[in-house]
Amino acid sequence: MAESHGGAKSPAAGAHTETEGGHGGGFPPFESSTFASQLVSLAIFFVVLYVIVSKLALPKVGGAIEARQNKIEGDLAEAQTLKDQSDAALKAYEGELASARSRAQAIGNESRDKANAQAEAERKALEEQLAAKLAEAEKTIASTRATAMSNVRGIAADAAGTIVQQLTGVVPDAASVNAAVDASLKG
Amino acid sequence: MKIDPIHQFNIEPLFTIGHIGNHTIAFTNSSLYMLVAVAIISFLMLASGTQLVPGRLQSVAEISYEFIASTIRSTAGSEGMKFFPLIFSLFMFLCVSNLVGIIPYTFTISSHLIVTAALALLVFFTVLIYGVAKNGLKFFSIFVPHGVPGYILPLVMFIEILSFFLRPVSHSVRLFANMLAGHIALKVFAGFVAMLGFSLGALGWVGGVLPLALTIALYALEILVAFLQAYVFAILTCIYLNDAIHPGH
Repeated sequence: MAESHGGAKSPAAGAHTETEGGHGGGFPPFESSTFASQLVSLAIFFVVLYVIVSKLALPKVGGAIEARQNKIEGDLAEAQTLKDQSDAALKAYEGELASARSRAQAIGNESRDKANAQAEAERKALEEQLAAKLAEAEKTIASTRATAMSNVRGIAADAAGTIVQQLTGVVPDAASVNAAVDASLKG
Repeated sequence: MKIDPIHQFNIEPLFTIGHIGNHTIAFTNSSLYMLVAVAIISFLMLASGTQLVPGRLQSVAEISYEFIASTIRSTAGSEGMKFFPLIFSLFMFLCVSNLVGIIPYTFTISSHLIVTAALALLVFFTVLIYGVAKNGLKFFSIFVPHGVPGYILPLVMFIEILSFFLRPVSHSVRLFANMLAGHIALKVFAGFVAMLGFSLGALGWVGGVLPLALTIALYALEILVAFLQAYVFAILTCIYLNDAIHPGH
């Protein structure tokens, strides 16, 4: 049966039309004469397919999928590091801002204290100056007053001596006049 | 007009390749469609680019890859990825050839029992050889399920052994019978349309609407079956390989 395959089948194939009945009377899937050809072709093509799939197709497609996976993971990791960097930058910025603010406050306080101290010192100096001037003025006043008082005493003595001379015609001695004047001045 | 639903399964030798013993080895229409399937798969998998953002062809290639990869991982674990090329080849070969075979006037490779039997036996012997090579005699513990009372264990073992050796039969006949029956049914219903039309004239053409609608519905079903049977074949291969990888279950 098997050896008749080539010879018997070919004319049948040539004469084959749509209206022809069964193929050699049999049911094609059970015609054992065709088994050898099918098995050989199946073996050849399946092995070829297996080699193509295992050596070329799967490494290629798998590589593309893996490359995409790696790319996505790499991009995500990069995004994460960039986010971390920006977070750190934000934190640094906030820290810098806070320290700048506190420094500004410190500078303000310092300059205010300095200005206060300076103003205080100036005020003190001015006060001392004024006090000195005041003391000097008081001293001048006192000396002037003393001078004036001594002048008054002299004038009073003179005037008293003259009055006594005019009234009595006697020139009083200077010592008694002075004593009298001093006594009245004190009184 | 005579309906001949069997004609589509004929093997036509196109030219003779050589002889093995008494057998004439011919390049047949079946061989041609095997070549077509291999060419389509190769084109799909190799002509698609490796771009970061895939195009249509590359998407199909990657979806096929990940579909089979996830099927293997979920049924046979990550160790099953050793057999990724085999299962991928089986699935793609059957899926593409079944889908090509659904086109009118084409030939369906898997409508021949010898082809599906050869593939099923390939899987059977892969499981047997790998299972014994990896696990030694422990492989045969798949015939002894856990937690079975001793007195029915011989019966259970007999059933397990029988089912193991009947696996290639069910594995191959399922695919073969589905493809054969589907194509015969399609041809019969499509033939009714023409038969009614040619034999009953205008009335026949009107009456032919019903088988035509059935043909369209069947055609849609057959597209599903073409994919599904390839998937069933692949997933059964995964499950059988799982026995070889993890015989403790």
